Amino acid sequence: MPQYMLSVHMVEGEAPPMRTEEDMQLSMKRIGELETDMKAKGAWVFSARMESHDTASVVRRVDGQRVVSDGPFTESKEHMGGFYIINSADLDEALDWAERTVEATGMPIQVWPFFATAQ
Amino acid sequence: MDADAIGRVFRAESGRSMATLIGAFGDIDLAEDAVQEAFAVALNRWAVAGPPANPGGWITTTARNKALDRLRRERRGHELLAEAARIVEVDPVAGPSGEGHAEEGGVRVTDDRLRLIFMCCHPALSLDAQVALTLRLLGGLTTEQVAAAFLVAVPTMAQRLVRAKRKIAGAHIPFRVPPDHELPGRVAAVLGVLYLVYNAGADQPAGPGEPSLRAEAIRLARLLAALMPDDAEAVGLLALLLLTESRQAARFDDDGALVLLADQDRSRWSRRLIREGHDLVRACLRRDQPGPYQVQAAINAVHADASTFADTDWRQIVQLYDHLLALDPSPVVALNRAIAVAEVEGPDAGLAVVEGLGGLDGYHAWHATRGELLVRTGQVTEGATALARAADLAPTSATADHLRRRADDLRLRGEPVGGGPD
Repeated sequence: MPQYMLSVHMVEGEAPPMRTEEDMQLSMKRIGELETDMKAKGAWVFSARMESHDTASVVRRVDGQRVVSDGPFTESKEHMGGFYIINSADLDEALDWAERTVEATGMPIQVWPFFATAQ
Repeated sequence: MDADAIGRVFRAESGRSMATLIGAFGDIDLAEDAVQEAFAVALNRWAVAGPPANPGGWITTTARNKALDRLRRERRGHELLAEAARIVEVDPVAGPSGEGHAEEGGVRVTDDRLRLIFMCCHPALSLDAQVALTLRLLGGLTTEQVAAAFLVAVPTMAQRLVRAKRKIAGAHIPFRVPPDHELPGRVAAVLGVLYLVYNAGADQPAGPGEPSLRAEAIRLARLLAALMPDDAEAVGLLALLLLTESRQAARFDDDGALVLLADQDRSRWSRRLIREGHDLVRACLRRDQPGPYQVQAAINAVHADASTFADTDWRQIVQLYDHLLALDPSPVVALNRAIAVAEVEGPDAGLAVVEGLGGLDGYHAWHATRGELLVRTGQVTEGATALARAADLAPTSATADHLRRRADDLRLRGEPVGGGPD
């Protein structure tokens, strides 16, 4: 079955929408319900919330030596804040889950298929 | 039968074959290559023996056999072969199948072309890609023909199609009619693609032997209306396109210059298309599920009814625009309504509405409408300036030429002979 990553992206320097304590509670409740439903329907594979992007490190090999540097790989202003990996029959089913994720988080969601190596 | 005639028959029939093969094999490239090979066979065989009794069935059978040969040669996909054999048994290609949904033994059978339309017009594809795929796969145009129609270089169009097909395969965009809860939005996307194809061809005189975008859009709109007879907007779009097309012969003068609705020789309008459009509009009215395309079709039906521009029932047109504005509150609709208001209440009233609209400063039709209304209220110089601005913004050269000529004429007229106000 095809797999997709549903991801939330944060823009550096842009505060997430201001929300009241009640909104946050409601959002957490909805995310909980969404994950329960994903698991019940066999869609959920894995999910995680990322630490802030400045905690990332990059490893390279230069002249046979390991070189570690501080900071994320890309210069991009956008950073992934968290993601779900789900099983879906096709894109439309993945888009349905994405829409529910938008409703729960209040954030736009990127839907990206995994490369399929074999059928 | 010459090659051009064979090409036309193929274009008309190949959408069904392409849809059947994509449905059976789930592989767009395989289906395209197989239909192309079938075309090569047809060029040889039909040229000598004439076309078969059922060209569509012949193309599907020939293309299917080519695809099966290819799969056997490449020793791939035993499951695909088995799947294809199963589908062919259920859906014998020799006989023409019914249009759209049909009850077969109590099971609802959907035409594969409908599945193909929804796949090509999936909102996860860019609009450019949706248009290109629809014309290529469903319309049966070659990549070169699609590129020529949109004045895009062939490699650019080929790349656009390759990327779109890669996205369909990679993201698993489904080959199916969307479920009911998604249907209204998805149908609207399909109708939008067909409307865009028609308008892209609006000012385009079709070259000899080349498919015209207008004709393709109408052909696909006919197909969609036949496949979705329960969708009032699909019928509404077809009516709108037919009624718009009915005026095509009067839209250009002998020198190829654009002629506005007010100045058109109405004896050149196609009575046949108007009749068909009227019948569809009446059917929509009876159904009473109004939508933007149906209301636009009704507006065009009122124009078609009038023997002269002055005889037009402008009050009814204003009412229809009020209705359209409620369904689609866009400034472009409001601008068209203002033109009708000017006919009912006079140019001053129309001008006030036009100047009250915001956000249209980059839209040529806003400047053109404002210019004409300024002229009618006696402000000729200001009108000419607005029309010249409209010409600079016009999307096609035919429209730009018309506006520039009009602006120049007015400037000549507007410069008072023998002195005037400073």
